[in-house]
Amino acid sequence: MWSLSEARAGAVAVAPMLIGVVPFGLVAGAAPVAGGLGGWAALGLSTIVFAGASQLAAAEVLADGGSALAAILVAWTINLRMVLYSASLAPYLSHERIGRRLGAAYLLTDQAYALSVARWASGGKPEVRLSFYLGAGIVLWAAWQAATIAGVLLGGAVPDDVPLDFAVPLVFLVLLVPVVTTRPAVAAAVFGGGGAVAGAELGAGPLSIVVGAAVGIAAGTVVDALGGRDRRTPGRVGP
Amino acid sequence: MSRVWLAIVVSGAGTYAMRASFLAAAHRLAHVPPGAARVLRQIPPAALAALVVPALVRPEGHLDLLQPRLLAGMVAALVAWRTRNVGVTLVLGMAMLVALEAVWG
Repeated sequence: MWSLSEARAGAVAVAPMLIGVVPFGLVAGAAPVAGGLGGWAALGLSTIVFAGASQLAAAEVLADGGSALAAILVAWTINLRMVLYSASLAPYLSHERIGRRLGAAYLLTDQAYALSVARWASGGKPEVRLSFYLGAGIVLWAAWQAATIAGVLLGGAVPDDVPLDFAVPLVFLVLLVPVVTTRPAVAAAVFGGGGAVAGAELGAGPLSIVVGAAVGIAAGTVVDALGGRDRRTPGRVGP
Repeated sequence: MSRVWLAIVVSGAGTYAMRASFLAAAHRLAHVPPGAARVLRQIPPAALAALVVPALVRPEGHLDLLQPRLLAGMVAALVAWRTRNVGVTLVLGMAMLVALEAVWG
């Protein structure tokens, strides 16, 4: 069931995130051009890969003369966390037809994931979940493509005096804070953040995010299992 | 196909496969076993912290706790906790960072 009001809620929820996404998209457009790959490659990355950090990393490998395989492995590694997001969202969308789920998968990003899981965990009708997700996902997609095109045309003309890149972690911080209300969630966050930092310090590079997430998930699961009856009802994750 | 386009298309296909992985099988996940649900429940805090914390404590690619981004991030966390508002947190967090960077020199 399509719900215009939920789609609008998704669009409104994602709007502040564009403060961080648009400058990032400008860089995603400008960097491949600066690296000699051309504007079409930048647009190809933004539409076909549609995942900022991996686009920049793959473009850098290719611009430095690296092989296609090296660029592919870097991009895949950075995007491994999408498997976790997919697993986390799937139970909430089990009632949707396969075609819609496969369409929704294309729009899966950190932002669409984080907003949707927060919205869906707090209740609401299952039938309108996809509307919220698509409202957020489509706005984000359109902004990303527009920013990429602008980046291709403008080059590196992104203002340097305002640290706009800081908007990206701030947005995830706002979504993280209300989640860490139970002991397992605190453990997952502490070990997730600590694991990512440790992984990066030990040279895991682009793998460090997924390494950290895996460590955090393991820690949270252990604390949750040990916590017993005072935890939330087991199974309360999907519809 | 050129090296660049081969990389773009295969990167994108693999990334899409990762995005679709569990969503494609979601019809079998209508009733998640409690053990699996316990694991899935940890994904939001673990993944979000793995995105946020490195950006606050190693902004230049190495661990550094004495820099404006960590302090601005802590203030922003407090604001996020009190307001739950993305816009307010963004504005105050960025303003804090700009101010701290000016002071830090």
